[in-house]
Amino acid sequence: MNFDFSDDQKFLKNEARRFLEGRCPTSKVRAVLDDPAKSYDADLWKEVAGQGWLGTAIPEAYGGLGLGHLELCVIAEELGRALAPIPFASTVYFLAEALLLAGSEAQKQAWLPKIAAGEVIGCFASVERPGVLTEAQVQAKVEGGKLSGTKLPVTDGDIADVAVVLAREGGRLSLFLVELGGAGVARETLQTLDPTRGVAKLTFSGAAAERLGEAGEGLALAEALLERAAVLLAFEQVGGADRALEMAKGYAIERYAFGRPIGSYQAIKHKLADIYVKNELARSSAYYGAWALETGASELPLAAASARVSASEAYWNAAKENLQTHGGIGFTWQMDCHLFYRRAQQLGLVAGGAKAWKERLVQQLERRNAA
Amino acid sequence: MDFNDTPEEAAYRAKARSWLEANAPKRQGRDEEDPAGLKDAKAWQLKKAAAGYSCITWPKEWGGVGGANWQAQVFAQEESNYPTPGNPFQIGLGMCVPTIMTSGNEADKQRFVGPAMRGEEIWCQLFSEPSGGSDVAAARTRAVRAPDGSGDWIINGQKVWTSGAQFSDFGILVTRTDPDVPKHKGLTMFWVDMHDAAIDVRPIHQMSGASGFNEVYFTDLRVKDSQRVGAVGDGWRVSLVTLMNERNAIGGGASYHRQVMDLASSIATLAGSGIKDAALREKVADWYVQAEGLRLTRLRTQTALSRGQTPGPEASIGKVVTAPLMQDVANTAVELEDQFGIIVDPALAPLSAMFQATLMSAPGMRIAGGTDEILKNIIAERVLGLPQDVRVDKDVAFKDIPTGR
Repeated sequence: MNFDFSDDQKFLKNEARRFLEGRCPTSKVRAVLDDPAKSYDADLWKEVAGQGWLGTAIPEAYGGLGLGHLELCVIAEELGRALAPIPFASTVYFLAEALLLAGSEAQKQAWLPKIAAGEVIGCFASVERPGVLTEAQVQAKVEGGKLSGTKLPVTDGDIADVAVVLAREGGRLSLFLVELGGAGVARETLQTLDPTRGVAKLTFSGAAAERLGEAGEGLALAEALLERAAVLLAFEQVGGADRALEMAKGYAIERYAFGRPIGSYQAIKHKLADIYVKNELARSSAYYGAWALETGASELPLAAASARVSASEAYWNAAKENLQTHGGIGFTWQMDCHLFYRRAQQLGLVAGGAKAWKERLVQQLERRNAA
Repeated sequence: MDFNDTPEEAAYRAKARSWLEANAPKRQGRDEEDPAGLKDAKAWQLKKAAAGYSCITWPKEWGGVGGANWQAQVFAQEESNYPTPGNPFQIGLGMCVPTIMTSGNEADKQRFVGPAMRGEEIWCQLFSEPSGGSDVAAARTRAVRAPDGSGDWIINGQKVWTSGAQFSDFGILVTRTDPDVPKHKGLTMFWVDMHDAAIDVRPIHQMSGASGFNEVYFTDLRVKDSQRVGAVGDGWRVSLVTLMNERNAIGGGASYHRQVMDLASSIATLAGSGIKDAALREKVADWYVQAEGLRLTRLRTQTALSRGQTPGPEASIGKVVTAPLMQDVANTAVELEDQFGIIVDPALAPLSAMFQATLMSAPGMRIAGGTDEILKNIIAERVLGLPQDVRVDKDVAFKDIPTGR
């Protein structure tokens, strides 16, 4: 039985933590939060690229480090913990994973080395209106290699160089690669719950689009992509949730009320014990998702749904109860509690909310029970 | 990450499997409450001890195998595939005898360890009292020196929630020897002979209808000073060893999401088939995520054992997750049956009234071996390092502590 990361993977994780503690204190996160013109930390992005992290799971043949998804998972956890305000998820979990999943040899050669080198920022443009991603949502259309339609919200769509777009062609959904610097693309930055991450509305009017993967496989590919991203995002969520718990714990020990530390009251103890339990369950499910992702196991759809639901709920719980533990000071702009509160929402929604993932999970269980 | 055995684990598993295949019973016998079942349990324990599958991790000097934790775990996994008799030895081998081994005198170790390991003698743990469940250190059962100068002790009082007292040969007993000092300092531990006429064991009729536990009354029970386990006044420290073992021993269960899904498919709601009910589907997902998270957390613990490491604090979350989960599953399933849910007759109620039975036993799960609240305190204080609650019973003589009656 070996259900844990290896010593090398743990070493990588510690290195990542040390690096991010130095380069990504919350003051860096706040710099993005407080400047409406800024939607990511460009210096940090370059430094992260310099570490080689963007190419962690990209094969060496395409300029990556050729490690694996387990290594990418431990880095994801540390990025989540640090609240890193960079387009890592959009570029790596979505664009690079989409290319690895469905890209032609030429597409992989064109984009993966650039991603690994930090020369390209990606994004995933799927939904167009409120509600879960379904076929009926998607009105964007490709005709004669030209894309028209509107996508929103697109995380990192305001800074991305290339988008993976879900659109109709001949009545069927397919994925497309669209360069956002070209003609026929208009972008508008949107205000969101988490201004430490950039989000845009993309309007396409005849932008050049190149199909990614089989025609008509768009929705299935999008779902496969979301499953992979769900596992990686779960690690970011677990990282953030653990840090929120540490913050709550620290405050509960140092803050006195009625002559004693508030952490000595059972109301606070039980709250924090509940956070701990949810975080540990989420961590275990994320590990299982990592195993399924790395080995390509048939358990991936169920494992990803489980990891997604557990991590989304654990992070939300940890973030809101950390803020509550802080009392009034927790509700101020200057205290970091709201950074976690915002990020928990951002990560909890970006690949689809927990409610929809629960339905996916039960459908998987039904399939398994019927088998 | 790899869910397969290491070569060493695989070899041990194969050996255990072939021994079990040759020796384990193939059909379910009666449980240990039944005299015949108890006899079967003892025979099975003796067989395991002779083959080196009892007390695998105990040191060789006490007749153990001197094996690793992972070996004990692998054997337990394999044994669980057979309908082996009930295990009335768990409390003795998991808690009482380790306490004797840690804190007892040399003669007691020589006397008790072997017979317990071979299943010849059964032990129970006499800690909880009517006035102290969660607060074990509030024990009132009194032990005083006999007035005849023999050094013997005379014990009077009552214990409660004692599992297996009705068929136990010995018990470890926490007593109050000094009510004039703060409560944790005035406790002393003894072992007692459960066959003594001064001990009266009475079954407790639980709300579920079953009787798995007992009240145990002591009326002028006389014990030798040599039956003392640890020093006079050191009973709290000695019992902490026992309690630590208890909390590690009580784990979790299954989530029954599969049974609920099957049940829901066969039942009509106003939204159509029960399985189409959105609220139910969301609950099924919640249960699955928790049960699966717990199963995987155990695999993390097992990995630490397999690597020869001490498991992290995540090993402590089992019961606090499982017990409320089971209660919620049972309540939801009964509600799904609607008016029919009130019926407990196994011949009439779906799934032989499994969920009705779970509903009635779940409160016990949330209390036994540490209530939800106590377990959360332990996580908060020992894992997260939060400060202890303000204690009004600290530095106060035990006899002066308010009791509320």
